Amino acid sequence: MTEKIIHVALLLILPPLLFGVIGKTKAWFAGRVGPPLLQPYYDLIKLARKSMVFSRTTTWVFRAGPVVTLSAALIAGLMVPLGALDSPIAFTGDLILFAYLFGLARFFTTSAALDTGSPFEGMGSAREVTFACLTEPALFLALLVLAKASGSLMLTDLLHGPAEGFSSGMVAPLVLVGIGLFIVLLAETCRIPVDDPNTHLELTMIHEVMVLDHSGPLFGVILYASSIKMFVLGSVLLHVAFPFKTGEVWIDVSLFVLEILFLSILIGTIESVMARLQMRHVPYLLIAATLFCSFGFLLLVR
Amino acid sequence: MLSLWMVLAAVAILALSGAPAYLLASHSKAGQRISTILMLIGSVVGLLGIARKISGVETPSLQFEWQIPWGQFDVSIDSISVIFLAIVFVAPVLGSIYGLSYWKSSEHPENSRRLGLFFGLLAGSMAMVTIARDGVLFLIAWEAMAISAYFASTVEEDSAEVRRAGYVYLVATHVGTLCLFAMFALWRHSTGSFELSASASSFSITGEMAGAIFILTIIGFGFKAGLMPLHVWLPGAHANAPSHVSAVMSGVMLKMGIYGIVRMTSLLVRPEIWWGSSLLIVGAITGVAGIAFAIGQHDLKRLLAYSSIENIGIIAIGLGLALLGKSQNRPDWVVLGFGAALLHVWNHSLFKSLLFLSAGSIIHAGHTREIDKLGGLAKKMPRLAILFAIGSIAICALPPFNGFASEWLLYIGLFRTLSPDSGVEGLPVIASVSVALAMIGALAVACFVKLFGTVFLGTPRSEATLHAHEPPKSMLLPIALLGAGCAFIGIFPSIVSPALESAAGEWAPSSASKVSISEVAPLRWISIMGGSLICLAGAIALILKALPRASVAIEAGTWDCGYARPAPRMQYTGSSFGGSIVDLFAFILRPEAKKPSIEGAFAKPSSHKSSVPDTVLDKLVLPIFRMAGRYLPALRVMQQGKTQIYVLYILIILIVLLLLETMGA
Repeated sequence: MTEKIIHVALLLILPPLLFGVIGKTKAWFAGRVGPPLLQPYYDLIKLARKSMVFSRTTTWVFRAGPVVTLSAALIAGLMVPLGALDSPIAFTGDLILFAYLFGLARFFTTSAALDTGSPFEGMGSAREVTFACLTEPALFLALLVLAKASGSLMLTDLLHGPAEGFSSGMVAPLVLVGIGLFIVLLAETCRIPVDDPNTHLELTMIHEVMVLDHSGPLFGVILYASSIKMFVLGSVLLHVAFPFKTGEVWIDVSLFVLEILFLSILIGTIESVMARLQMRHVPYLLIAATLFCSFGFLLLVR
Repeated sequence: MLSLWMVLAAVAILALSGAPAYLLASHSKAGQRISTILMLIGSVVGLLGIARKISGVETPSLQFEWQIPWGQFDVSIDSISVIFLAIVFVAPVLGSIYGLSYWKSSEHPENSRRLGLFFGLLAGSMAMVTIARDGVLFLIAWEAMAISAYFASTVEEDSAEVRRAGYVYLVATHVGTLCLFAMFALWRHSTGSFELSASASSFSITGEMAGAIFILTIIGFGFKAGLMPLHVWLPGAHANAPSHVSAVMSGVMLKMGIYGIVRMTSLLVRPEIWWGSSLLIVGAITGVAGIAFAIGQHDLKRLLAYSSIENIGIIAIGLGLALLGKSQNRPDWVVLGFGAALLHVWNHSLFKSLLFLSAGSIIHAGHTREIDKLGGLAKKMPRLAILFAIGSIAICALPPFNGFASEWLLYIGLFRTLSPDSGVEGLPVIASVSVALAMIGALAVACFVKLFGTVFLGTPRSEATLHAHEPPKSMLLPIALLGAGCAFIGIFPSIVSPALESAAGEWAPSSASKVSISEVAPLRWISIMGGSLICLAGAIALILKALPRASVAIEAGTWDCGYARPAPRMQYTGSSFGGSIVDLFAFILRPEAKKPSIEGAFAKPSSHKSSVPDTVLDKLVLPIFRMAGRYLPALRVMQQGKTQIYVLYILIILIVLLLLETMGA
């Protein structure tokens, strides 16, 4: 029970911190002091206290978008094991639901964007659904490799790996899958080199442009949901990248928190040292992710 | 036994439901109402009949000799028939109710009686197809179905487009039927009768013969189901038919092709490993290409038709997995693949009928099928918008609606092929079909966000959509019922699993009965998760409402980057939304575009035009037909246009055959 409470608490509280760490890292690279680590929390609190502005064009879809996205992300978070913690909800086949919940979120985010009738938001949602067509195969190939390696169709068992640990033959596939998953993570959470969350031109945005018209608490919900998405996908990746556990709950939890903060620093570093790709080159990167995962899969089943 | 008589009565009532209207004036409302009431009675009787069959244990069957050469009247209802009968007794009657306002006899006095007659005949013959157990009887019902679909879908034959679509359909369906003739001929050759029963086939059909029958089955029924590249007739026929006819064609008639494949594979008791694998590959190609073509369409109903092809692909993947399980003796693959395929048959008939009927209402409101001329309908038709959203989410296989339940079963089945005890080297590669399925899923989201977003959201792009209003109740009710069906199966999929399991048991008696769906795929978790998703979304919405200043909502214009006069034409259109995906798949879609050009110092008006025609039809089939048209007219000497001459041909051929027979003996 304590484990479940810790899991839910981590899922609800920790995600915005990742954005704070990324911001701090980028500030450090730029030689600035940067906003405080807890700035994303302050932003959320500020947004919750504001009133909302709605475009006259919009309907219920515009309001449903953020709400459905957040619920989908939270439920997905309940199905993913965090570090050594088992997930509170686990059943055979939950990995499919996990992937499709993000599909549901995408359906609503992109529809809500189209609801405004703005050409910019239409552009953003077109990009979002296009790139998803390339990340989805990579994600499923990664899940296939993990399912084959662990012999389970339950996310908790699948990500924790077999009880005796992964055999040496699985190292190469897992490394390839890890690279693929990292690219998927960057694309799905709209980070450089796929998308630049800080860009100032609507024409070049993907995710940010879709939420241009959302304001106040609904915008807060969007920010919160995207931090949860990064947290959840990040913890999936961490299972592949650091499959180590000590067996002591508190040590494992702290280890997990350190790992996910390290992941945010890594993302921040990438954002600081790389430029984003040209929009027409993004598919190449995503196809590369699919190829990494495919080779991992072939190595495993050959 | 009573259950069979009830279904036979339903067949008769449905088939004749359009006839009484011919006794009344062509514009009379009463005639149309009578046929709808008859459809309703027939469907209720039929549904009660299959309910009775499910509650009993026996497999009712009925046989008697008849005067038609070969064959006999042999009908029976087993658990497989039940699954397909269920959709025949649901979608057409809803379509008929919808038709009362959609195709009013007072507005279409010239063809509403004809439509009613063939609409009923179509429903009745489809029911007959699923219960016929004799090759000849089956082909008669099959042909009645194909012909009545032709006459029902081409009621607006004064338009050249409709005539062309009807012609392509007629050719395609008969090429398919030709394969079926060959298939049944082989069947009779090896078993000695046209009786379709597993006991007849299990001893007499050898390996190669079974393979040949299987290939002819896939091609013959694949034409009807719309497997790529045999789908050429489908987009045109669905786009040009009245919407409730499209709904029945897509929701039910395509499934008769699936039924044929299911029935024949249940009779061929020893499938080989390549059967399942090839069906998996065909299914994956059909699925991905179908939905990619759908994204490129500008026509609302053509888009839906291509998406039907995609769903047929998904069903084929399920059947492929089940066949593989049958050949490898893996009951879990059989029950998951077969269960997923049949559940998807149901699901698709629900959400695709929903979407086609909604499309009819959209066309009524906007007077166009062109997606890019619609827009902003959610404000004018809020109820239809919610129902259409439900249909779109369901067809993208997203939780918590029914499409997810069937695809989830399919995914679990495919993932289970990873397990090492399958005995054949390299078989786990089959699991990578699930990657194609994932891609289909992502493309479907793109496709239906494009459709829903362009048609219902944003601002109206044309004058007609500006004045649109909610469709009348008799049109909304059938759509709402279908939507309720999508939600119900989506939240409580375990209710239908006994029907699926018993059908799987019928299909593969040796292996499927060993495993139940709930053992390998805990469907109740789908209910739990679907329920909690809805509750969580509700809770978040309530929390948002409770926030201090949430009630203060300010209305403003959409953010336009400082440009002060946004116009509806500046919105992203469906074509531009799908453009980047069309480019990504240009190697199969072969999009055609006429780019605007600027000439001279003072640029003249220019235009841009883009389209995604059907590659197979335009680049492969039509050139072959054109070539045939060039070289084959020499054979026209045979074609005298006089019936007597044709009868003479028949006589000559019969004499030649008799001679051959005596010489052979």
